[in-house]
Formats: sequence, C-alpha cells, structure tokens
Amino acid sequence: MEAFKTFASVAVPIDIPNCDTDQIIPARFLRRAADDPDYHSFLFADLRFEKDGSDTEFVLNQGPYRAGKIFVADINWGCGSSRENAVTALTANGIRSVIAPSFGDIHYSNCIKNGVLPVPLSVEDCATLRAQIRESPGAEIAIDLETQSLTGPDQTTYVFEINAFDKHRLLNGLDDVELTLEFDTQIDSFELIYKTENDWAY
Amino acid sequence: MGKTLFEKIWDKHVITQRDDGDVLLYIDRHLTHDLHFRSFGKLKEKGLKIRCPEQLYGTPDHSVPTTAKVLSDIPEGEMRETVEVLAQAADEHGFHHFPMTDERHGIVHVVGPEQGITLPGLTLVCGDSHTSTHGALGCLAFGIGSTEVQHVLATQTLWQRKPKSMRINVTGTLGTGVSGKDVILAVIRKISAAGGTGYAIEYAGSAIDNMSMEGRMTICNMTIEAGARSGLVAPDDKTIDYCKGRPFAPEGVKWDQAVAYWKTLCSDADAVFDKEVTLDAESIAPMVTWGNSPQYALGVHELVPDPELEPDPITRAEMVAALDYMDLKPGMRLSDISVDTVFIGACTNSRIEDMRAAAAVAKGRHAKARTLVVPGSGLVKKQAEAEGLDKIFIEAGMEWREPGCSMCIAMNGDMLAPGERAASTSNRNFRGRQGPGSRTHLVSPAMAAAAAVCGHFADVRDFVV
Repeated sequence: MEAFKTFASVAVPIDIPNCDTDQIIPARFLRRAADDPDYHSFLFADLRFEKDGSDTEFVLNQGPYRAGKIFVADINWGCGSSRENAVTALTANGIRSVIAPSFGDIHYSNCIKNGVLPVPLSVEDCATLRAQIRESPGAEIAIDLETQSLTGPDQTTYVFEINAFDKHRLLNGLDDVELTLEFDTQIDSFELIYKTENDWAY
Repeated sequence: MGKTLFEKIWDKHVITQRDDGDVLLYIDRHLTHDLHFRSFGKLKEKGLKIRCPEQLYGTPDHSVPTTAKVLSDIPEGEMRETVEVLAQAADEHGFHHFPMTDERHGIVHVVGPEQGITLPGLTLVCGDSHTSTHGALGCLAFGIGSTEVQHVLATQTLWQRKPKSMRINVTGTLGTGVSGKDVILAVIRKISAAGGTGYAIEYAGSAIDNMSMEGRMTICNMTIEAGARSGLVAPDDKTIDYCKGRPFAPEGVKWDQAVAYWKTLCSDADAVFDKEVTLDAESIAPMVTWGNSPQYALGVHELVPDPELEPDPITRAEMVAALDYMDLKPGMRLSDISVDTVFIGACTNSRIEDMRAAAAVAKGRHAKARTLVVPGSGLVKKQAEAEGLDKIFIEAGMEWREPGCSMCIAMNGDMLAPGERAASTSNRNFRGRQGPGSRTHLVSPAMAAAAAVCGHFADVRDFVV
C-alpha cells in the first residue's frame, strides 16, 4: 500500500449528504479487476456521465476540479455497501484523501487499508471548506499526517483525529497481513485453547 | 459494572490488544460469495494459504440469475466467471460450498442461519455489509471489505477497534400487519442513517422478545443502514429452538454444552450502554420509504414531507434532491403513488415467514404490477412450494423465481428500467441501486404484496388476510 505522509492538491466539494458507496461506484462495475484500464471512469459513473457517455455538469467534470485529488464531502460519506471497489475507484483517480464530518465505518476502514486518508472535521468546518473551494475553483488543501493537520485555502489550520495504529500504518504504507503474521505463534496458542474450551463450535 | 452481550462475545475472542486499543479478534466463521471470486487468486499471488478452510463457507448469490438452475444457464462472461471461480476455489482449497444445483444454495445471509453455521456466541464475518443479519442469533457478525477478507483467509483474525454500545428498546406490542421491517425502518428514521455509526447495537424490549427469528434477522440485517456494523439480539429459547437440529449445529453432549453457554449470553442487569434509545411498538405503522436513504421513511398514512418545513439546511437540500430524483411532490399521499414493479426477496425479507406474509395478501387477488418473488434459498423455495405458496403467487400473476440477491443489487439481470418505480422488500433505496435511474421504495413483504395487488401503495391493515 502507498504510504501517506503529506499531500496537497486542488480540492473538490462533494455536496452529497449520506453519499453511499453505490453512488461512488455503481454495482455493475463490482466484478471488474482493480487493474482494469477503465477503472477511473467508474467513479461516480452515474453522476458524471450521460447515457451516451458524454460529461454531465457534475463537479468532477468542471474546469479545475478535474485535477482535484482531495474531496471535501458531507455527513456519512461512504455509507452503505462494504464494497472496497469504492476506494479502488478513488485511487484509480489519484484521490488520496476525503475530508468529511462522518464516514461509514466499513468504508473508513477500507480507505485506511488502501492509503486513502479519511479526515474527520466538524460539519461547520467541512461546510466552510466546501464554500471556499466552491468560490475559488482550483483552491488547494494541504494535509500533513504526521502533525495531523490540514491547511485550508485561506491558510487556516485544522487539526484532525486519527487512531495511532491507523496513522502508523498509513505513514509507513504497511500491509496488515504481514503485520499480523508476526503474531502467528500467539494466534496458534489462542486457537488451541479456544477450540478446546469451545469444542461445541467445532 | 456488568458486561453487555457484545462485550461478552468480544472479550472471549480477543487474542491480543495493542496499546492504542485495537485488538486482534479471532473469527469463528467466514462466509463468502461470488463477488469475492478474486480473493483466492490474490492470496496465491502473495504466497499465502487459507488458514482454516473448514471455517469458510461459500455460496454464489449476487451474480446468479433467478431464472438459472445450472451453471450453463448463466450467460457467458463475468457473471458466470464469478460463480465458476468460487466453485473451483472451493474444490482447490476444500472449503464448504453450496453450488447453485444444491438445494442448500441461496443468499449467504439466509444460508448461514438456515444451515446452523451461524450460532450464538460466535464471531462471524463476510465481505458484505448485510452480515449484520446474523446478529439476530446472538452472533457477533459484521461486514468487511476485501482487504479484510484476505486478512481473515490468511490469518482467521481481524484487527478491530471496540465500538461504542447502543441498546434500542422496542417496548409494547406490535400491531397486526406491522413487522420487523417496519420496526427497523422506524428505528432508522428515529436515529438517522448515521445514528449508529461507531456503535454496536443490541435490540431488546418486549416487541423484540415476542418477534420471530425471521423478524429479528430483518431488523439486524438493516442495522448497517443505521450506520452500525453489527446488531445483536440476546439468544433466548426461540433462538435455541431455531438452532436445534440444523446441519452444522452441535449435537449430543456438545449441544448441551452450547446451550448452557448460550444461556449466559445476555447483557448483565448492571451493564451500562453508551446510548439507549426507546421506541413504542404501538406507535409503529407499516412503513414506506420515499427518499434515497432508508432514514426517509413514513408511516403508510403520512404524507410526503415538505422540505420547506425542514429546519436543517443539509437535510432540506437532501430532501429536495430526493423528491426530484423520486419524482414526488410534497404533500402527496402514499396511496397516490403507483408502482411499476414489486420485488419480494433479498437478504432482508426472503425467508419462509416473509413468503407466507406476502402470500397471505396475494391469495385470491391479482397483481397489477410486475412482481418478482425470489426466495432466499433453495430450502426456503422448497418449503414454500410444500405449503403451496408458489401456486398462490403464480395464480396472482406473480413470478416465482430461483434464489439469489436478484433485484436488491441488480447484478444478475433482474433490474428496473430508468425511471421505473418499485415497491421492494430489500434494504437500500439508494439512487440507481436497482438499475440506473431506478426509484425504490422500501417496504415489508406484506406491504409489497399489497402494493402489487393495488398497483399503488396501500395499508396492509385494510386487507382481510
């Protein structure tokens, strides 16, 4: 997984409360391979493209936002389906961070495991940032994970929360399975005792 | 201080805890389905093996056409490939597999409890958000992403952060014609689609105690629509009776040990929840959703709301967008909304009780809209046919199909045309969920059948069944 240390980019306002993962990637693309060369076009496919394939007026099709790699979203971003394909659709477009007041639990976890940083800020702060980047298309946001801080287009600094383990994994681009395999002996001994004590389940 | 039910199960499965609070959790059961067909190849690429194939259970559900009985009935291409690859992986790795020709086959969240794979006190995961369903048996069950699926395959464990605890008490007695589906829609309306985010929910109260296992599964199924990854109901005699004699359930001495343990699985009287919510069962009417989030639900006699009266600007904007997408006007009666298609099925509502509830309304009547009835498994189908329910549906002009996820996610060819409106017993009314441009209203099986025979939404309590 790609490490996340600092990142700055044009930011895109996604003004959709409760934006579910069905919007982020419609189900008809879920059987596609992650290295499908068209994967980038699956992101928000039903909002970005007309039936004939031409562009809609969706924000990602507008001028400077096309280059945006940071999203500023609304409440409950990524709710609904557990489809990790939603994160693959983000990374296929180079999106490295989503700033939102709240996240769907499973999607949050999927982001962390794929080098995409979920940044929780208050409803008001997210609304302020969205307003700023709407008023100045192309305005940038800069994120520093080490200091857990973000600098908005007006140079205001915001501090955000992240679990220490998640931060460590992202800063170092660590893969969970490799990390867990170091606990192999502990898993073995737990399993032996657990299965003996609960042999009704096995 | 006492422990909650959640804590009792959680604590028993903790292998180790990190300083930051994350724990390595042991996973008893892993369920999988066709959409994770790429998992096995990826695992091999990394030089990893499935650690405990005997704890893995697979069945194809998302990509199976409900007109198909055998593999060759599935159109060639990616749909068939997913089903084929899952079967090949089961052969190669030796995990349990219920292929589409096996009567035990069906939607993974129907099959688990039906086969006794899901049991009280266990941890169970699946790469599907509706894994919360299994919590109805007092099993700690939650959906995971595909990286976590790989992790469980390789290690039989997961790193997890302990969620906060919420208890939802549904007190009193539900009225006639009001089901588990109406309860969970009323819950989500009350706490919002994000109200459960970061929590594990336990459902309690007399309405839950008196509810069937099927009804409890419907409630736990849609717990994820309130934002919580898992929902639990404490196992009781009904749960124990339900599990007894199921193919994968313990027998003999092991059964007695299991039951003795299960009887300890309840929240202690002095356990403290981070949040408690109470709903009065008598106040819950049959529900219909009108917007593009399950939180936008109405009692059947309420009117489509007016965004102008909504004080919160975010909600107001979302309501305006939903009315536009759904082609509805503020103040409309639900009975004035006609439906093009009715879908009775999905992991929410495709069990035998759901089939019976829909059939009771359909009996002797005729559908005025295209209606698909899709049982949740081959065994549900067999049972329904033994009871003659299939004939009731067919005589009512409805289509009686083979098991699968079907029109809930529209990945198997069953879908709505753009602009089409459905009364659906599934769990998500998201934009495009049942096909691009589709308009979904979530309802119970009885309400879906009532909409089918009326051609528009109707109060199932007005039907003599």
